[in-house]
Amino acid sequence: MPLALPIAAVGMSFGILASPLLGAVAPILMSAVVWSGTAQFAALSILIPGGGIALAASAGLLANTRFLPMGFAIAPSMTGGLLRRFFTGTVLADASFVIGHRGGGRFDIGALAWAFPVQWLSWVGGTVAGVAGAAAIGDPRRWGLDVFFPVFYLSLLLPELFPARAPRNKRSITVAGMAAAITLLLTPVTAPGVPVLVAAAAALIGLRPPRQPNAQARTGDEA
Amino acid sequence: MKTWILIIALALGTVLMKTIGPVLAGGRQPPAPLTRVIALVAPALISALIVTGTFTDGRQLVIDARAAGVAVGAVALWFRVPAVLAMIMGGTVCALLRLAI
Repeated sequence: MPLALPIAAVGMSFGILASPLLGAVAPILMSAVVWSGTAQFAALSILIPGGGIALAASAGLLANTRFLPMGFAIAPSMTGGLLRRFFTGTVLADASFVIGHRGGGRFDIGALAWAFPVQWLSWVGGTVAGVAGAAAIGDPRRWGLDVFFPVFYLSLLLPELFPARAPRNKRSITVAGMAAAITLLLTPVTAPGVPVLVAAAAALIGLRPPRQPNAQARTGDEA
Repeated sequence: MKTWILIIALALGTVLMKTIGPVLAGGRQPPAPLTRVIALVAPALISALIVTGTFTDGRQLVIDARAAGVAVGAVALWFRVPAVLAMIMGGTVCALLRLAI
């Protein structure tokens, strides 16, 4: 599985960055039960400059709202009873969503579910390695590791704004620009963490119907 | 203690969002405007996190070694360098600048 290595590497950077603040056990447990890089990094980004737990949890959960449309997208391809669908839903992840996608809104649920153990093991294993190495590394800033956060986020944002095989996503670009501006304006006047959450409200321009008729069809294809 | 609350909230919330669709199933979809807003939450939030991680220090807006590191990472990503490699490149530039200044 070619994804195992990068997943472990990101998990490792999470462990390195989280353990000076959260200790050894909490980051590993978090990776094991939350199992979502974006949510964990988002929560950590709020905690490190001194934001509170409620703000950190909100940022983490907002980062994971993308799973709502993904869940609805895979639902028609599922078989079996309620419990089985529930557990298949819990193992959903960005990478498995892409791995299971068969085009035209169809998903190979088996491929999607089997991607889970590999990804989970690399993610948790990477975190353990990061936590173990954190003591040797010391202050993450000394190695420029604090830059991992924004660059990791950019790696998620750029493909969303400028997809490889589709026209650039104008609305997402507008929203990203608005959110950046809101964050810059609010940072000097509010507590850490608040600007990020207020900026997320830029998404509300989605309430307006899109101008191009095909923009809406894309929304289920986030990955 | 607070950390455990955070972990539990994140874990439960994530499972909830992943499973609402599959459990309801039946081809039902959330209302279109809601779907559009949800699809835009990620770019908004992520963009805000990038700005926070690059240009802020507590309540201050700053341009320091991180900006250079992130710029290098952005250029690398633009030319389709894998994310982990781009992170290492950005981090290295930032660390070297901090040593130099």
